[in-house]
Amino acid sequence: MSYLTSDQLLAKLRKEIKEISVYELADQLDHGQNVALIDVREQNEWDQGHIKGAVHIPRGYLELQIETHVPQRDQPVAVLCAGGVRSLLGARDLQTMGYTNVVSVAGGFNGWKNAGYNFSVPRTLTAEQRQRYSRHTIMPELGEEGQLKLLDSKVLIIGAGGLGSPTAIYLAAAGVGTIGIVDFDVVDTSNLQRQIIHRLEDVDKPKVESAARAIAQLNPDVKVIGHRTQITSQNAFDIIGQYDIVINGSDNFPTRYLVNDACVILGKTLVDASIFRFEGQVTVFDTTQGGPCYRCLYPDPPPPGEVPSCAEGGVLGVLPGIVGSLQAVEAIKLILGEGDPLVGRLLLYDALTAEFREVKVRKNPDCPVCSDHPTVIELIDYQQFCGLPSLEAIPANGTGELIPA
Amino acid sequence: MATVRIPSPLRRYTNGQSKLECAGASIAELIENLEAQYPGVKSRLCDDNGQIKRYVNVFVNDEEIRTLQGSETPLSDKDEVSIIPAMAGGR
Repeated sequence: MSYLTSDQLLAKLRKEIKEISVYELADQLDHGQNVALIDVREQNEWDQGHIKGAVHIPRGYLELQIETHVPQRDQPVAVLCAGGVRSLLGARDLQTMGYTNVVSVAGGFNGWKNAGYNFSVPRTLTAEQRQRYSRHTIMPELGEEGQLKLLDSKVLIIGAGGLGSPTAIYLAAAGVGTIGIVDFDVVDTSNLQRQIIHRLEDVDKPKVESAARAIAQLNPDVKVIGHRTQITSQNAFDIIGQYDIVINGSDNFPTRYLVNDACVILGKTLVDASIFRFEGQVTVFDTTQGGPCYRCLYPDPPPPGEVPSCAEGGVLGVLPGIVGSLQAVEAIKLILGEGDPLVGRLLLYDALTAEFREVKVRKNPDCPVCSDHPTVIELIDYQQFCGLPSLEAIPANGTGELIPA
Repeated sequence: MATVRIPSPLRRYTNGQSKLECAGASIAELIENLEAQYPGVKSRLCDDNGQIKRYVNVFVNDEEIRTLQGSETPLSDKDEVSIIPAMAGGR
């Protein structure tokens, strides 16, 4: 039986596979040529530095993952390793798979570095984080880069209640690095039927404390900022301004209009949802991308008492679990820049019929807040706007709680 | 007859039905026919002048009727009308 030594194999491959120098590679990248640069080194080598724009597929996964990154067989591909040997073997495998335009970079990453070209040393996950987020990072839509985006992101959740509970838990589990929670309330026994972030022993404790405890026990990567206050026209800019994305889980109309207007004015994306009995609504308001806002969908609030609240009409305990989880999914998609967000679309869920439906939300060209000629350019008295007594009008010895709309 | 989706707050007028069939060549006619069969519905949808309230959205298929022809929006048998009121609940 004939055999080849490794030296003979490499000599044979060098005849069969075109090699380019690091100078040629730099020239191609500089000129914006449509070449897919595949770095086949191991994780620890990649972590110590890599060429900007390279895609990392360790050689052991090359054949399995290449089609995700390079779907077209005639797309030019340059394979890179540390010194130009493993890249030859990788290039041969790609040729075997039918890639017609494959080269190996002679000299590899070391040659690139020695030639004085720039490379980036990425921020990386710790070993513990690699393990914790492995089901995320293995997906090409995320990778370590996507996970780092999540860890760097700041999300504000309005209300640690029915919607806020699953949203906070899933975002914390997903590794959203900073989660702000606004809630002035304390945990009540009647909350436990649906507000799964709180426990029996949390009754009478502030919800922000209870939520922060639950998140700390779940994921130490997450920093929780508790805002134990009512969000008002006075503090909304200060609070919302600290975050990238806002998730609305509030329970009354004045807060919904306030949070909408503040997000439009500050240019923040708002993941909005509401629930009642067996039904939920979810949508994303992103006026920075030309999308509609809450006022485009609901220009005027209903008069007080006309629309019952969950306290008055009830809500199935699982329902906010579904709807709040949808909000968490939308927030993560927005952070990653993946998929189609629910911008301009209102997703309706009916638990009784087990149906999801979708309707369009059009931007109102005369919207008082998000149109080209807004009339609301600062925050107003939203209690009054919703036909309720102003907060200032509530006596000092009052609770300051919003009257359920 | 068009299919009409009834939201939770209005189901007490429709014997709990979330989906029903109703005749009407336009939204305005449909609302009159709904009122005849389920008294009380119209006052929840329309103001004293018979105009659809601003905080109630009525969709024909996936488009809101204000972007179509308002209450004069024509209906055919295949159309699905969804009444979607603002809801504030979240906690």
